[in-house]
Amino acid sequence: MSANTELKRPKAPGRLKLYFTAALLLVLLWVSSVQTESSLSELIKGFPNMLDLLKEMFPPRWSYFHKIVDAMLDTIRMALVGTTIGAILAIPVALLCASNITAIKWITYPVRLVLNLVRTMPDLLLAAIFVAIFGLGPLPGIFALSVFSLGLVAKLTYEALETIEPGPLEAMTSVGANMTQRIVYGVMPQIQAHFISFTLYTFEINVRAAAILGLVGAGGIGHYYEVTLGFLEYDKTCVIILFTLAIVLLIDYASTKLREKLL
Amino acid sequence: MTTKSWHTIVPKPRKNRYRWLILVALAALYVWAFSGIPFTGFKETAAQITKAIVTGILSPDWDFVYMPEGEDLLRGLLDTLAISILGTFVSIIIVIPFAFWSATNMSRSKAISGSGKIMLSFIRTFPEIIMAILFIKAVGPGSFAGVLALGLHSVGMLGKLFSDEIENIDRGPVEALVASGANRLQLLWFAVIPQVLPGFLSYTLYRFEINVRSATILGVIGAGGIGTPLIFALSSRNWDRVGIILLGIVVMITLIDAISGFIRKKLV
Repeated sequence: MSANTELKRPKAPGRLKLYFTAALLLVLLWVSSVQTESSLSELIKGFPNMLDLLKEMFPPRWSYFHKIVDAMLDTIRMALVGTTIGAILAIPVALLCASNITAIKWITYPVRLVLNLVRTMPDLLLAAIFVAIFGLGPLPGIFALSVFSLGLVAKLTYEALETIEPGPLEAMTSVGANMTQRIVYGVMPQIQAHFISFTLYTFEINVRAAAILGLVGAGGIGHYYEVTLGFLEYDKTCVIILFTLAIVLLIDYASTKLREKLL
Repeated sequence: MTTKSWHTIVPKPRKNRYRWLILVALAALYVWAFSGIPFTGFKETAAQITKAIVTGILSPDWDFVYMPEGEDLLRGLLDTLAISILGTFVSIIIVIPFAFWSATNMSRSKAISGSGKIMLSFIRTFPEIIMAILFIKAVGPGSFAGVLALGLHSVGMLGKLFSDEIENIDRGPVEALVASGANRLQLLWFAVIPQVLPGFLSYTLYRFEINVRSATILGVIGAGGIGTPLIFALSSRNWDRVGIILLGIVVMITLIDAISGFIRKKLV
């Protein structure tokens, strides 16, 4: 009897796959650390430098504050305008992507593919390219943020569009509504709260992005990082960092509260 | 049961009383935003450069893909990948204690987990590019600064996702182990870790996808990766080279997203 139960005991799952994955990961990490010339000793050697940097950053020089207020307002403006343009452009794109509204496969798939390609571009790279085209200033920054927002809002919206209730749409088709009427009375009431929520979420991301776009010359407060770091005025840099953190936290908080109310 | 004849008119839902106030506030906001933008028109060369970039993308500089004497596309992309792999790894090491610290069901008082959550959201709001600038001052320009910046920045998001995962575990296995006299370490190892591991791995892969995107821009400030040759090509107006680098970035990110998405679907 005991021998029988011994036979029936289930075998532990094979560990070979686990070991193989672990070995693969270790090799990957090792190759990566060789490639990036990372080492723990380097970090420990650099640690005193980091402490020095922190010591120079504090106390922050608050007198610098009034010089960067305008740049910060510019940053918020850029984020606001960029998000708005992107969100408006995203509406037709999202409608073209959603398979329950545009029922033609050879339209939805190519548009989705293009959308995915647009979303692979990080915002700072877009800004660098637009600066090369349009020159320095907030305008290329706004364009970069618009393209980035277009990708994000369109993707989130079309995914939400595909989950809407088909009932109202069917009812409207059966009483002979045309495409525009179906979208205005059947789709919009179902999607608008989600759409506004996605736009607010994108705005949060864009405020953070706009704060660094100045590093490539695309306007906003990012430019002052280069100025202060170039002159080794770390106490001024500290003011910029703290100010940005405060604004970002404030906008995040307000936007999250609004989004909670919407949905 | 009240009988409702079919011609009873259903009243329209009441509209928000503050609708007009909200609209006016929004309008004021947009007037403020648009009036502050210096719309000076485009440079005359804008159309010309756009055309050059488009032709650059259509006729990329294929020679740049591999050059025997360093600094080519493949090495740049490899460097970017290495930065994101190592950055993700560094963040996992830092994040595990943070996640347990800020999970409400793992610490005795709300004050402890609350302080952890505040720490995490503070790290999250700090842009990785700024972190990279600070690390460059510490360890010198190069990929290592990028690794450290990504590693530290990822902690903010991963810590929040991980601690949410820990808070959602099933209490059953934990109680069973407590009843049979397990100590805290055994609890962690046999009841908590098996439940959270798939979620942790999936989130890590997701963050890895984001890190690959971030790593492509680190080169802009001199923290290694493909961004450095891109900025050089842009400033020297070498549009064919810009084209091939953009193409390389798009292909790499699409591939990574596909592979990582496939593994994540299998995990969860």
